[in-house]
Amino acid sequence: MEKLLNDFSFGLFVWQTLLFVLLLWLMYRFAWKPILNAINDREDGIKNALAAAEDAKKEMQNVTADSEKLLQEARGEREAMLKEAREIKEKMVSDAKEQAKVEGDKMIAQAKATIDSEKKAAVAEIKNQVADLSVQIAEKVLKEELTNKDKQLKLVDNMLGDIKLN
Amino acid sequence: MRRLLTVKLLLFSAFFLGHSLIASAKEDASDGSKKDIKTEIKEYIDHHLKDSHDFSIFSYTKDNGEHVYVGIPLPVIIWDDGIKFFSSSKFHHGETIAEAGGDYYALEHGKIYKTDAEGNLSHDEEGHITNPKPIDFSITKNVVMMVITGLLMLWLFSSLARSYAKNNGVPTGAGRFFEPIVIYIRDDIARPTIGEKRYKKYMPFLLTIFFFIWFLNMFGLTPLGINVTGNIAITFGLALLTFLITNFTGTKDYWKHLVDPLGDAMPWYGKLPIYIILVPIELLGLIIKPFALLIRLYANMQAGHIVLMSLIGLMFIFKSWIGSPLSFFLAFAITLIEVLVALLQAYIFTMLSSLYFGFASEEHDHHEEEAELAHL
Repeated sequence: MEKLLNDFSFGLFVWQTLLFVLLLWLMYRFAWKPILNAINDREDGIKNALAAAEDAKKEMQNVTADSEKLLQEARGEREAMLKEAREIKEKMVSDAKEQAKVEGDKMIAQAKATIDSEKKAAVAEIKNQVADLSVQIAEKVLKEELTNKDKQLKLVDNMLGDIKLN
Repeated sequence: MRRLLTVKLLLFSAFFLGHSLIASAKEDASDGSKKDIKTEIKEYIDHHLKDSHDFSIFSYTKDNGEHVYVGIPLPVIIWDDGIKFFSSSKFHHGETIAEAGGDYYALEHGKIYKTDAEGNLSHDEEGHITNPKPIDFSITKNVVMMVITGLLMLWLFSSLARSYAKNNGVPTGAGRFFEPIVIYIRDDIARPTIGEKRYKKYMPFLLTIFFFIWFLNMFGLTPLGINVTGNIAITFGLALLTFLITNFTGTKDYWKHLVDPLGDAMPWYGKLPIYIILVPIELLGLIIKPFALLIRLYANMQAGHIVLMSLIGLMFIFKSWIGSPLSFFLAFAITLIEVLVALLQAYIFTMLSSLYFGFASEEHDHHEEEAELAHL
């Protein structure tokens, strides 16, 4: 301890403290501050760049996902459109069939009605004609019968004969 | 690069040549003078470990016994009823007394004493010099080395700072070597010990103290014979700064913990007998922490220099083909270890300072503490 105290030089201590504090200030001013700031800035830069890269990656993933989604949607839409078209087509065909059937039925019914009325008319005509013909035949037969006296008598005989029988 | 290496080798050989010349000169004069080589080496080591008033690179003794010193004299500034300022060359390396402003001063074992015109020094029974000592503010070798280290640091790191501005945040040249160290101190010393929130304000001190100690330790390994960080005044100054910063940035919690370490865990009458012992220990701990810092750095650097120089000195004691190379090899190995120690001591000083700052600036979460106590 005594040797230590003996070795201790007050002047040197004063110089050392003064010089060191001066050096500390100068180093702070001209070296450490700009160096630490530069290192910090650089580290921040690296951090930001990494974060930006990460963001870009995420963005890319989003874009890919979006386009995938769009594609999916488009595909679905196409599918739906095709399905709809198919349905429309089927409906149109069935509608047409239905209508055609109805129309046909209607026409058939009309034809039947026409045929019926024609038939009735024809039957009526035939009836009339038959009546006419019967009258004419009867007229002719009567005329014939009455022109001949014998025949007329015979006829009367016959008729009387019948009555008699009865 | 190669030229630099050559210069270094020349410096090394000059250093060793200086030693060997002294040794051989002493050997020749051994019958004449009473000092044997062991004392000579011991004195040389002692001299080397001390601060010096002139920057001598090496010295040798001419055939006629005249000492020749190669180096630069440094200014001597002393306070003795007013500032006295003269060159250390006036002392002729302690061989003569210096006259300044009508007073006479002698240089003895690195210390300046006021004497009479003949340079008589009076001693007490224990052999201590009793002459009055003026306060010595000389620009000594250590002061010069600190200035050189400071300038080197300023130049290195301001150029690193400028290279960031120039190259868009990318260091160039020597900065590529120093930047990872700066980041290491920030991320592995300051951040974990002080905490994310408060580490920033301590960074300049931690960085400065780390590189200051490291560079001075490394300078200590050059053959220039510098021993700055192995000087008690230097380590005292550094530890004092750590001590001051620790206590001036201490939070309320830190001070409260110091005088009331148990907090509300115990009623006051229970705490009283414990505190009679505990509080003095806590307060003593305030001083012991920086004291350990200053002694650790001082002792490590001092010891390294003593071991290294003793091993070099052994070469001249052995003077045999087996002993001297062996001791040279040992000295070489120790030098390599010292390179590691230079870094390690700087790291330890910085790490511990950072830890103390961390303790002082810590803000306790009292709820957490209470919860912990409840668990107990």
